[in-house]
Amino acid sequence: MLAIRNLSIAFPRPGGEARVVDDVSVEVGRGESLGIVGESGSGKSMLSLATIGLLPKSARTSGEILLEGKNILTMGERELCSLRGRRIGMIFQEPMTALNPAMTAGEQIAEGIRLHRGTGRAEARAESLRLLDRVRIPDPARRIDSYPHEMSGGQRQRVGIAIALALKPDLLIADEPTTALDVTVQKDILDILDELVADLGLSLILISHDLGVIARSTDRTLVMCRGRAVEAGPTESVLRRPSAPYTRDLIAALPRRARAGLGEEAPLAAGGAR
Amino acid sequence: MTAPLLSIDNLRRDYALRGAGGTIRSLRAVDGVSLDVAPGSIFAVVGESGCGKSTLARIVMALDRPTGGTVRLGGDDLFALSPKALARKRRDFQMVFQDPYGSLNPRHSVGRIVAEPLHLLDDAPRGRDRAALVARALEDVGLPAQAAERYPHEFSGGQRQRIAIARALITNPKLVVADEAVSALDLSIQAQILRLILSLRDRHGLTVLFITHNIGVVDEIADRVGVMQAGRLVETGTVREVLDHPREDYTRTLLAAEPTLAVLGQRRRRASGAAPGM
Amino acid sequence: MTALALKMRRGWRPGSVPLLVGGILTALLIAIALTSLVWTPADPTRMRILQKLKGPLVSGLLGTDQLGRDVASMLMRGAFNSLTTAFAAVAVGAVLGTLAGVAAAANHTLDAVLMRICDALFALPPILSAIMLGALLGPGALTAIVAIGFFMIPVFARVTRGAAMQIWAREYIMAARMAGKGTARITLEHVLPNISAQVIVQVTIQLAMAILTEAGLSFLGLGLPPPAPTWGRMLAESQTYLLQAPHLALAPGLAIAAAVLGLNLLGDGLAARLDPRRRQAS
Repeated sequence: MLAIRNLSIAFPRPGGEARVVDDVSVEVGRGESLGIVGESGSGKSMLSLATIGLLPKSARTSGEILLEGKNILTMGERELCSLRGRRIGMIFQEPMTALNPAMTAGEQIAEGIRLHRGTGRAEARAESLRLLDRVRIPDPARRIDSYPHEMSGGQRQRVGIAIALALKPDLLIADEPTTALDVTVQKDILDILDELVADLGLSLILISHDLGVIARSTDRTLVMCRGRAVEAGPTESVLRRPSAPYTRDLIAALPRRARAGLGEEAPLAAGGAR
Repeated sequence: MTAPLLSIDNLRRDYALRGAGGTIRSLRAVDGVSLDVAPGSIFAVVGESGCGKSTLARIVMALDRPTGGTVRLGGDDLFALSPKALARKRRDFQMVFQDPYGSLNPRHSVGRIVAEPLHLLDDAPRGRDRAALVARALEDVGLPAQAAERYPHEFSGGQRQRIAIARALITNPKLVVADEAVSALDLSIQAQILRLILSLRDRHGLTVLFITHNIGVVDEIADRVGVMQAGRLVETGTVREVLDHPREDYTRTLLAAEPTLAVLGQRRRRASGAAPGM
Repeated sequence: MTALALKMRRGWRPGSVPLLVGGILTALLIAIALTSLVWTPADPTRMRILQKLKGPLVSGLLGTDQLGRDVASMLMRGAFNSLTTAFAAVAVGAVLGTLAGVAAAANHTLDAVLMRICDALFALPPILSAIMLGALLGPGALTAIVAIGFFMIPVFARVTRGAAMQIWAREYIMAARMAGKGTARITLEHVLPNISAQVIVQVTIQLAMAILTEAGLSFLGLGLPPPAPTWGRMLAESQTYLLQAPHLALAPGLAIAAAVLGLNLLGDGLAARLDPRRRQAS
């Protein structure tokens, strides 16, 4: 589905350049969810921006990002525009800033449907309602006419997901989608993302600093540190049997409670592996 | 139990909200909260956004006035004190804020920032004594004394939070309120700051009211915990009692929603089983 | 052009070009104004009727006016007169406006009152208030300074109030309150230093505005009384001789345009340089 090969991203700085992503390679299969985990400054967000062709103009790149064989890095703006939304949907950390405050939820979802698929007004509205139902907004018939400021953070993020889904993309990129949300709301949002991968066969790139979130919702994990990929593999084995010292440090820095599951299940899993 | 250092009794705080059509409706941000914190202990208040925990912190710091109830610090009712007496009392309690970028004035040197609460002392040291005090406070939180001459933007988030802690400690307060003090930090830095707070408690007998949304952090740092929901303290007890044997449904919901590595492997099992209904 | 673009990408920080051009124009303006105090090509008030309405370079650098006065000298002294009036007016507006702005940001009750007063002041256009004041005080520098300065109070009050309110929401303000500091002290130590950039930018832009308004006032005869030369009156007096001696209108006209352009560019450049958001983006 998506293959990133030897991707490097650098920004010019006085007296040289700052390399924010350094020779990273990773693949996402259809219906697979890939977690990218790292601390601030690890380059994980730059990687996602590169994937939808939204890097700042001054960025210098090398390597390739192949979406079904076509390199995103060499695409023109027009090609990128049709790619964004239709092939790749994006879910942002702060839904309030990603939504247009002057448009209702329904209008924002329908806008994409009408623009990209050329459907009529009524049909687009019906589709918006279905999507709001799919992201389990309570009382979608009423919420479709709500403005972003009338909704809670969790509801806004659901609308954000519905907008991304409206164009029926093959790949969703969610950059810290639950960081600004309460844990109980976070659980609901992650449940929805899990379902999209399981039921619709979407591919998902989930970027998070939270190993708990990664553990819960991804099949494979890429651990990034200062622009480099320090470890990659199936999520369970990366977190249970980390090979890179950096991954081990990350896990060790977790609060005891978040780490607890490892201790309990470790002997079982280890036994199974042998 | 020794007499509590901080004793909050039936605290209430109402806000007037202007609704649609000019109607005024009252929002009870804090609703009958009572809690005691023993000297030298760490009490965590955990809850989700909008539960009233930050309002509670502001009132305990006398930055806001309650609608009803009392806050006693070392036996004195903070809101019965005269303004002058309250100003004297302030040296006994300080605060550490959430945002390590917003809580330090970018135009002041670190030394000036850390020394700011010395304003509370009648006989505030000047000149060399003041600099020595600042240096000691910085070293106390693991920063070099020379940091005093530098400016906030030269430091990382974790170092800035250390500066904020040094500022909170310079008057030797009895109580420190930390409002989401580690929430904005990377995990590895978060662990360092938690260790620092624990070591300061042990070395100085500091009492801490720790406000957070993160149960994992509560488990790491607190002796006792209160779970707050919609302005009320729904459950209070030792960390072991509340986290291991929650009595309230809300506490259980909160605990269950916490992302942990315990779910590892469940995903594949769930996916291979029947897909959940939509 | 490409060389410039390349240079900008390499090391130039935002606002470099307007800052440079605006800075040079403004520095030139101030230099000319100050020089006029110690030296002008001729006495700007001395009339030589026989030399009247001479073209540029025929008599003096920029010719003479209808009374035979040296235009270049008048322009130089006029620069000084315009600038001092503009500086004084902006000083009045900036000091009173900033005081009102930070006071409003610090206190809710005061905010409502001060902002209504500002609305009222804002409703008085400087030309009209100058005519009214002129009737009361008689035309002169003071009339112009008060009229322009009062008009600027609400401009500065609004800018500083908005900026100060943002600062008041910062956590370091709460830390200062935890240190027992009062409103006045926090305003002095924390708020003012952090809004100084916005005030400086506004001062520059309003200086341009003040020079323009001052020219308008003296054009109408409400500025400095004759014989002191001002750009506005030079422009007014040139009207009669527009076809005969166009240089009489062109010289002060271009001087006003250059001064206003220079100060505006300087303001834009400073805004780009001092704005922390734009600075981060670089």
